[in-house]
Amino acid sequence: MIEILYFAWVRERIGLPRERVDTRAATVADLVEELKLREARYAAAFADLSALRVAVDQDLTDFDAPLAGVREVAFFPPMTGG
Amino acid sequence: MKVRVQRAPFDFAAEAAAFGGAGAGAVVTFTGIVRDCEGSLQRMEIEHYPGMTERALTRIAEEASARWGLVGGLIIHRYGPLVPGEAIMMVATSAAHRAEAFAAAEYLMDYLKSRAPFWKKEIRSDGEAWVSARDADEQALTRW
Repeated sequence: MIEILYFAWVRERIGLPRERVDTRAATVADLVEELKLREARYAAAFADLSALRVAVDQDLTDFDAPLAGVREVAFFPPMTGG
Repeated sequence: MKVRVQRAPFDFAAEAAAFGGAGAGAVVTFTGIVRDCEGSLQRMEIEHYPGMTERALTRIAEEASARWGLVGGLIIHRYGPLVPGEAIMMVATSAAHRAEAFAAAEYLMDYLKSRAPFWKKEIRSDGEAWVSARDADEQALTRW
């Protein structure tokens, strides 16, 4: 089981702040493909990966990152702190 | 180096006074304020990623501290609803000389902008929208 978190407009588009997912996806990209097949709102949120950033276990990474042993994956738009 | 992520307002003057700077020759402080250029902003909502935020800020702070040999450092960043004129965040750095204190403060600001997991939403009289990241902010990181 992996905990998936969504922030900002990704959260709004999917309609959830977080969810637990049972997956065998090997990478973040594979997980995204699984999610996109679920429902239109996921497909809409993940339509353009260049508009998204991903963190795995709270570290920024890229969509090629492996998921073995991972507890938490977060998807969000580019950050706007400061 | 201290890092605080909080919903509550902070008192810039009190924070700056408490930060002190003993042992340093220079203290630089910066405060970011909610601005309303078009006159229609009702409030700003700042969302963040609890856990990752503290982790990212601590990493950025440690990097700045090591790189410029800081005597001290402070980052405070708020989340939740804020109205125009309210302080969003502040950084303070102290070092032996001003060049290091200024550079470290700018570095902290540049990294806070695009490497700390905060997202801003503007609620205006005519609608609401997430603030887009600016290419210039990402570009700014290349100078370090």
